[in-house]
Amino acid sequence: MKSRIFSFLAIVSLLLVFTIFYKGLNKSSFYQPKIEVKNIPEFSAITFFKKEEVSSKNIFEKNKFYLLNIWASWCVPCKEEHHLLINLSKNDQLEIIGLNYKDNFKNAQNFLSELGNPYEKILIDKDGTKAIEWGAFGVPETFLVFQNKIIKKFIGPLNIKSVEEIKKIIQ
Amino acid sequence: MLYSSIGYYSLIFGLITSLPIFFFSIKNLRNNKILDNKIINFSFIQLFLVIISFFGLILSFVFSDFSNETVFNNSHTTKPLFYKISGTWGNHEGSLLLWLLVLNLFIFIFLIKSKNLLKNYRILTLLFQQIIIIGFFIFLIKSSNPFNYLFPIPNEGLGLNPILQDPALAIHPPILYLGYVGTSIIFSSVLAATTLNYVTKIWANHIKNWILVSWIFLTLGILLGSIWAYYELGWGGFWFWDPVENVSLMPWLALTTLLHCISVLEKRSTLRSWVIILSITTFTLSMCGTFLVRSGILNSVHTFANDPERGLFILTFLFILIFISLFIFFVFHKTDKQNSISFSLISKETFILINNWFMMYFLSVVLIGTVYPIFLDVISSEQISVGPPFYHKLIIPFLIPFLIFMAIGPQLKWIKSELEGKLYLIIIFILSILMSFFIVKNLGVKVLLNTVLIGSAFYLFFITIKDLFSKKFKKISQNLSHLGFSLLILSILFNNIFSKEVITNLKVGEKFNNDKFQIVFSDLKKKEEKNYISFKGYFLIKENNFEDKLEPELRVYNQPNIITSEADIKISFLSDKFITMNTVQNEEYFNIRYQVKPFILWIWISVLLISLGGTISLLNRKNL
Repeated sequence: MKSRIFSFLAIVSLLLVFTIFYKGLNKSSFYQPKIEVKNIPEFSAITFFKKEEVSSKNIFEKNKFYLLNIWASWCVPCKEEHHLLINLSKNDQLEIIGLNYKDNFKNAQNFLSELGNPYEKILIDKDGTKAIEWGAFGVPETFLVFQNKIIKKFIGPLNIKSVEEIKKIIQ
Repeated sequence: MLYSSIGYYSLIFGLITSLPIFFFSIKNLRNNKILDNKIINFSFIQLFLVIISFFGLILSFVFSDFSNETVFNNSHTTKPLFYKISGTWGNHEGSLLLWLLVLNLFIFIFLIKSKNLLKNYRILTLLFQQIIIIGFFIFLIKSSNPFNYLFPIPNEGLGLNPILQDPALAIHPPILYLGYVGTSIIFSSVLAATTLNYVTKIWANHIKNWILVSWIFLTLGILLGSIWAYYELGWGGFWFWDPVENVSLMPWLALTTLLHCISVLEKRSTLRSWVIILSITTFTLSMCGTFLVRSGILNSVHTFANDPERGLFILTFLFILIFISLFIFFVFHKTDKQNSISFSLISKETFILINNWFMMYFLSVVLIGTVYPIFLDVISSEQISVGPPFYHKLIIPFLIPFLIFMAIGPQLKWIKSELEGKLYLIIIFILSILMSFFIVKNLGVKVLLNTVLIGSAFYLFFITIKDLFSKKFKKISQNLSHLGFSLLILSILFNNIFSKEVITNLKVGEKFNNDKFQIVFSDLKKKEEKNYISFKGYFLIKENNFEDKLEPELRVYNQPNIITSEADIKISFLSDKFITMNTVQNEEYFNIRYQVKPFILWIWISVLLISLGGTISLLNRKNL
């Protein structure tokens, strides 16, 4: 009797393990980190041309999509993506904000006069701390912001594919 | 093309050969006193067909026959011949064919080597083994056919994953499989023996050879995998508690326990249930390992085949085997109360039994750590990853009593042991603890835990050394393995305590300074090789008055397009200097990771010692 109960329990638990493994098989085993919608950091910065201090609250206040692009004149891939930004700046739904990362004013100015200025506003990040607050890994990096939330983040230079993705989201 | 067809049809005919084997075996089971020679002949034919099939695959790889899908997926014309051949078993289909080959080879050797044993036992073992063999045949032909035909024929293959192009990894799968598959013989044999109530001293004496063989190969297989991870993956560690590593460790733990139990059964004809259950468990864990690895159910650094259909097949097969074995265990196994032999508290049996329980504990920790994330994911969709801290916290404290019992156990006699004349056990213990205290106290680590831990490892070490000489090398095999184990624990502990690491970003010409050493990045050279472009960094490590030159490398492979980081390691007797280099995106800086890893060489040596002990024991056996 005792052994019968024991074997019954063994069989039941084995069936349980079987079902769990079976279900596990059909689950994807590719790990994907959950995309958490993060709020944009609060900060204040000095603008590039007028040298006024502005707060992050006033920059992203409108009911509009914003694209925060971290760039520097010394960064080669930034040059590559620049024409894409210019292209994007023609879109009314979108306002592009530049964050000039660890740069020298003169070089940055030359960069813009040579390649054009897609930015609505440019903020200065002399020591690179603001980029860190945004959680950036390096330059260039681009954040798509809507209603004070980071919807999407692009590490490295933008390409045609990511531009299309941005346009899709905006529409 | 030709070789593939030959291989494929050999496989089919091999499967068909199982029919006459079954037929003659069952016929033979009822009648004659002696084993029908036809059975052996047909087993030989089956083995022969599988060998031909395997050679068919090897030749397809050697001649880069890209009409074969497996070759196309895993080979390339520019690959060196050695890696073309090792590519045969470096992939899912080929490795299963290797499994099948070893299964057949082992059962054939078993039939030849077991002439003096009960006829029906031999036949039943063959039958159980045939069930496994048929399972693998069907699996291969149905869902993992290594000989799939591709049309139109591609001109070039996709190439073997470069991190698999390594000599240690080329022989790692075959060796590990010899160990895994060896456990299948133990499994079939224990089922046969239980059915016939044949779990006796004679049986134990004979099956111990198989246990030793599997154990040696499994130990060496794990060692090779570990060496590969250390040198090739460039993570600077030897064990990561990665699920795929764990599934090879679990059968090893069960098999080691079985090895000790079978000795008890052989000498004292007790612990019968332990032996039966452990034999079944060991094989089940091996199969379970194959399932977990091959089905892609696990998240792991090892990226293997990821196909639910294959997983389902192995899973079903595995559970059929488990049900058969449980059925046999519950129906046929009778715990014979009259026959059970008692032993006193202080005896070899008790100590082996205690350590069995410790081993079972370690086994459960690893098992839970490996499968719990799967369970949790299925039940609550929550994804967790179980890392080294879990294993360390649960395993390390229990190593202390384990080591102490392991030291004392061999000093005791069977049945009952007296405590007289055993004063040295206590003296050596005190000395070991004192010694480890003086080593540990200045190191700035947790003194109590480390003192006791290192002390117990020293204890095992010294007791075994004493044993080795006082018994005049009579028990050299056991002593060597135990010595190896104590050395292993010591090396791992010291490695943990003394390891140093620096991670920094440098560009060519820059220096990194530290109060102890200086790293100079002197040069970077680009070179085009046959199937990759190499970027070699030249580093100078200045420590005290010594200078070491280290040259790590980044390889950009063309087929498939993968960047691998080749660590450069200066190996010395006491410590390894280990440097790896990685790219930082879009910048001229490189990420440099420099590590000093003491006693790594000793970890390999001690595992070799452990398996050497097993080998000597095997060679000394009279009935080999």
